[in-house]
Amino acid sequence: MAETTFGNATQVLEPFRGIKKVTLEEYFTSGHRTCQGCESALVMKLMVKAAGPRTIVLGSTGCMYVANTTYYTTPWVVPWMHTQLGSSGSAALGTAAGLKVLMRKGKMKSEPINVIAFCGDGGGADMGVGAISATLTHKEYNSLILLYDNESYANTDIQLSGMTPYGANTTFSPPGKVKRLIHTRWKKNMAGMMAAGHPECRYVATVCASYAVDMMNKVRRALTIGGPTFIHSLDPCPKGWDYDPMLSHELGELAIETGLFPLYEIEDGVLKFYGKTKAIVDGRARKPVREYLLKQGRFAHFTEEDLGYFQAKVDEMWDRWEIPGVIPFKRLDAARAALDVK
Amino acid sequence: MATVTTKAAPAVGDDKELLISGSEAVAEALALADLDVVTAYPIRPYDTVMQAIAKKIANGQLVAEYIVAEGEHSQFEIVKHASTVGARVFCGSSGVGWMYAMECLVVTPPLRVPMVALVGNRALDDPGAFGVEHNDALVVRDLGWMLCWIDTSQEALDTTLIAYRVAEDRRVFLPLAISADGAFLTHSQALTLVPPKEKVDRFLPRYDRGDLLLHPDNPITVAPQANEDWVIEIRRQNDEAMKRATTVIEEAYADFRRVFGRGPENPWFEEYMLDDAEIVLVGMGTISLPMKVAIREMRSQGQKVGLLRLRWFRPFPTEKLVAAVSKAQAIGVVDRDYSFGSPFNSGVVANEIRAALYNADRRPPLLSFICGLGGREVTLEDVKKATDMCYAAAKAGKAEARTHWLGVRE
Repeated sequence: MAETTFGNATQVLEPFRGIKKVTLEEYFTSGHRTCQGCESALVMKLMVKAAGPRTIVLGSTGCMYVANTTYYTTPWVVPWMHTQLGSSGSAALGTAAGLKVLMRKGKMKSEPINVIAFCGDGGGADMGVGAISATLTHKEYNSLILLYDNESYANTDIQLSGMTPYGANTTFSPPGKVKRLIHTRWKKNMAGMMAAGHPECRYVATVCASYAVDMMNKVRRALTIGGPTFIHSLDPCPKGWDYDPMLSHELGELAIETGLFPLYEIEDGVLKFYGKTKAIVDGRARKPVREYLLKQGRFAHFTEEDLGYFQAKVDEMWDRWEIPGVIPFKRLDAARAALDVK
Repeated sequence: MATVTTKAAPAVGDDKELLISGSEAVAEALALADLDVVTAYPIRPYDTVMQAIAKKIANGQLVAEYIVAEGEHSQFEIVKHASTVGARVFCGSSGVGWMYAMECLVVTPPLRVPMVALVGNRALDDPGAFGVEHNDALVVRDLGWMLCWIDTSQEALDTTLIAYRVAEDRRVFLPLAISADGAFLTHSQALTLVPPKEKVDRFLPRYDRGDLLLHPDNPITVAPQANEDWVIEIRRQNDEAMKRATTVIEEAYADFRRVFGRGPENPWFEEYMLDDAEIVLVGMGTISLPMKVAIREMRSQGQKVGLLRLRWFRPFPTEKLVAAVSKAQAIGVVDRDYSFGSPFNSGVVANEIRAALYNADRRPPLLSFICGLGGREVTLEDVKKATDMCYAAAKAGKAEARTHWLGVRE
């Protein structure tokens, strides 16, 4: 039986050619009560601004649910619905499948409607990673899953997640007199994992709201290309990271400039680096990570040894990984050298 | 003279008759109901319904999105969201699979999502057990799910159609779980009348989510943070919806009889030889078979015993049930479930009926039995033993404050 191709049609959202070309309409407006300097709130605003009015947004539990949607004061101009903490993948899939079948059977007017589900690092990279992974294999349903990563369970009082950086002070990993570092796991490599693990997911990207036009254009590309797509956004969090709210933008820039968080996209298996990350790939020196770490109170207990370990791990990302900053297999030349030694 | 109120369904005109299992009968109903989105995940014994639906889709008898989820949590969450954009959805599970979905089961009633699910009742392993116990479905009994138990393939088909009619009624908009005893009904075949689509269309209107539809033309915010400002009002709305379901269920059964020419006059429970019964036994699901056989044998020996097979557990038919049992000399409630540490250490159904009787003018002695757990067969001897104990309590004028386990190694 021939399927109508319209069920898979997407909106064609052309990239904004510069900040002055960005549309004026806002679909995430007043009514939320996020903290001063909250980058995740900016991510919500830019995300839905890029997507436009014919969009449904699903939000899994986290700050961007709790702080954003007080009853009677919703900031969402587009239809919005809560989903469970680990359910951003399932929410995207169910919504997209419902729309598709109703249009296919003529029970709803046919038109491409964007479906975006967002999750925090706890909901996305910890609890919800299985559901996101499943959704990224369902290529017949168009949806975008956006992970806003502020590197802790920030809504419930700053507890560590699988995305909290090595050594950071959280309420579940407080530095003490006997143990200086409680949290000694290295952060998950979410975007690389999603790209490498889901061969039919056509688009995976990393973004940072410090680079707003780049971010919005990646959202537009993810929605235009069709099928399930994934974007990982790194969001500085004044409360969780313990810094002056005026520094949010600067910390986002430093995360890129130190090489800690590379900006890239993978479209149909083709990798492309962006902005300052591209400059690093092309040979520009990375800033030392201490410039980034020492601006944040969550690393105030770090010793020179800790800073050195952190820098060495970032150096390894760039000097030893087969695809620097993206895929953590050791470079083939390095691997061959190791074999030769034996 | 005692009467049998349920008769073999008469063939009506253009119905076709198929030899199908309870799970297959549900799948027949889903195709007739023009289901839109279904999510599957394997666990025995409910998964036979998902296998039957997959065949229907593969053979072109049903056009629907068939999504194999990566776990029950996602399985129920996916259809929950599909329902909010207007799709008619179906889901299901068994035993610990149903428990794995628990978070999503909890949020479905307050979101007013009229999902219909099949629970193929199964013991909550560990220890490993495929057989029937009712504790899986009963775990949502306080949360706003409508719950009913079925007994035959015909009832499986008919109840599935009725379920959508009731759940999707704007006065209700609550999820509904149909419970079918694992193996005894999910896998057992019987001749079943399958009506033509035209009749179903006369009975079951399209799902219309109205002003709750999540769509760019209706840009609402669903499930915001309400906290102490509004949560109690939302709970109260759920409570009112469940109360209204009582009327809607009665309307639906009456209309079902009008359109299809069959179905029970009393939706709430089957009354088997109840009219003159001195002892009323109560049970849910396929336990009715050994009970009915035992009752016929006991009646041939002059004992006036009847069976009340409870179909609807939520909403609970308090007044009708009290009227039906309070004239007996003693009541014996046979639970295929447990509630450890509960009053009298009884099963769930026994304590519900005790509570229902509390304000009754006449309260016969009530004996509670636990029987057939893990799918163990309920024997005629078990039923006769329970009946003898009921007669003894009737004679003494009171029941012991305890629960009797039948067919268990001591």
